[in-house]
Amino acid sequence: MNGPTHNDTQWRDIQRNASFQELVQKRSRFAMTLSIIMLGLYMAFILLIAFTPGVLGAPIAQGMTTTWGILIGLGLIVVAIVLTGLYVRRANGEFDRLNARVLKEIGQ
Amino acid sequence: MNTVLLKLTLLAAGSLLTGATAMADALTGPVTKQALNVPAIIMFLIFVGITLYITWWASKKSQSASDYYAAGGNITGFQNGLAISGDFMSAASFLGISALVFTSGYDGLIYSMGFLVGWPMIMFLIAERLRNLGRYTFADVASFRLSKRPVRILSAFGSLAVVALYLIAQMVGAGKLIQLLFGLNYHIAVVVVGVLMVCYVLFGGMLATTWVQMIKAAILLFGASFMALMVLMHVDFSIEGLFNEAVAVHANGASIMSPGGLVKDPISAISLGLALMFGTAGLPHILMRFFTVGNAKEARKSVFVATGFIGYFYILTFIIGFGAIILVSTNPAFQDSTGAIIGGTNMVAVHLANAVGGSIFLGFISAVAFATILAVVAGLALAGASAISHDLYAGVIMNDNADEKKEVRISKISVLVLGIVAIVLGIAFESQNVAFMVGLAFSIAASCNFPVLLLSMYWRRLTTRGAVIGGGLGLLTAIVLMILGPTIWVQVLGHDTPIYPYDYPALFSMAVAFIGIWLFSVTDKSASAERERDLFDAQFVRSQTGIGASGSVAH
Repeated sequence: MNGPTHNDTQWRDIQRNASFQELVQKRSRFAMTLSIIMLGLYMAFILLIAFTPGVLGAPIAQGMTTTWGILIGLGLIVVAIVLTGLYVRRANGEFDRLNARVLKEIGQ
Repeated sequence: MNTVLLKLTLLAAGSLLTGATAMADALTGPVTKQALNVPAIIMFLIFVGITLYITWWASKKSQSASDYYAAGGNITGFQNGLAISGDFMSAASFLGISALVFTSGYDGLIYSMGFLVGWPMIMFLIAERLRNLGRYTFADVASFRLSKRPVRILSAFGSLAVVALYLIAQMVGAGKLIQLLFGLNYHIAVVVVGVLMVCYVLFGGMLATTWVQMIKAAILLFGASFMALMVLMHVDFSIEGLFNEAVAVHANGASIMSPGGLVKDPISAISLGLALMFGTAGLPHILMRFFTVGNAKEARKSVFVATGFIGYFYILTFIIGFGAIILVSTNPAFQDSTGAIIGGTNMVAVHLANAVGGSIFLGFISAVAFATILAVVAGLALAGASAISHDLYAGVIMNDNADEKKEVRISKISVLVLGIVAIVLGIAFESQNVAFMVGLAFSIAASCNFPVLLLSMYWRRLTTRGAVIGGGLGLLTAIVLMILGPTIWVQVLGHDTPIYPYDYPALFSMAVAFIGIWLFSVTDKSASAERERDLFDAQFVRSQTGIGASGSVAH
């Protein structure tokens, strides 16, 4: 693999391609949304532990031992897996089809 | 000794907790050698036999540099995901987290979380661009449009620092573990681990390294699943019943069901959270794995598979820890005359294996626990050798004009040297406190490798000057703050109070890196800086579409 040559105008043409722009825009927005959700939930979890651990220590129902903390902790693990799964599904399906269209349009 | 693995876990597997008391004697603690465990040794030898056979098989297929560094790009997404999860399912996280759950319940779950959430972020931000732009090492990507030499030198130093620190911690951990699990001598472990590590990488390259990691991950997942299943069977598959029984017998009662208040302050918590989350995205042996798959599609698949297995594994260790509260803490057979757990609390998962599966299963789990170290160090050695041969030799000394065969030969010599150095340091550090090393490795990865890599892919205005000065400052800040902090300044050097009060530097060292990179990039008015910014378009298109990506033709 050689590095790109900088006076190659081909790259700018691709960037002006409508399908390319659609791909970049859709994928970036999706990735950003999921990143913010994951980061936000994790930070909320940390801050909950740091400032109000009592919330996590409360039983999920009267007389039960299982606490909200267990549910939320395991829930976060599941959320992490589900979010990556959602991303893979869309990226390996819709985005890759779009990518194939870009490559076809620019004659690669 | 009972704090050895816990300590590794605290640092490696990512505690949000400071665990200051648990860290106090860390790896310096004396270890009581246990009775010779024959079934465990036999099963470990079977593992070694199988992995050496695979190495021999891989050596016949390993011809080119691409085979050696990246297994020819022929690893599938699923296989790579399993191998990545293997890198994370270390002896420290298996024995350490279950021990932490055993002693303090819920806090063990907090540890696991920090470790896991880095993966979705890698998926969303890094994985596919990395795969599309790189070839063998992450420095390929970081230096894609920048001046190759300075960026490769910085990246190679970042990689080698991480690898060296990680490797020493693993070697010392192996030495301590072998005394507990097999009843063998410390030095035997260090030499065995060093020699096998060199064999795998030297003869089998990335292909063998990946298979060793996959096999280990599979048997560890099998063993842990079996233990968790037996625990659940014991409580008639009622989670509530599991917690009920545990609370009834645990000394701390119902408090094991909520956070234990071990999070010292929000700064430490956030600092560690950052180190874990983004440190993972800067570990050279992890990043290297993304080049073993054929294209971005497989790279994404591998992150999903890895996240799934790692998450599943942490849920298992949580169940195993609670199972140990019920089945190990109540059984006098696993306690010495004072009522303490034989071999320390890090042995609870091993005792639980005995409780639910008898002596054969005990041997199996012991062998697996030791095998995990082998698999992890092999990946580290390959990453370290690649930094030397691909980044320093081929990239810097030969200016990207190295003969491929010679480059691979340099890499193999580097592996041999790394193996010898690892053995020597493993022995030298036997009675040293090395537990800070993994934490430092993560902090360096998050403060040097990660910012340079991320901004090289995302920020048009990044220049060589910014990357090298900013990344260098991040590296330096991480090391200096770590030395001035409680772990080294107080616990290792014996001063009374730390100059830097927090356990982890990442919050500050990452800020220094990002600000430094920004400042020295935007003020860079040189002609070369302009050229580098112009090249961003080409890099951006390639990173998005995979045009020109290595290995994409074959798939």
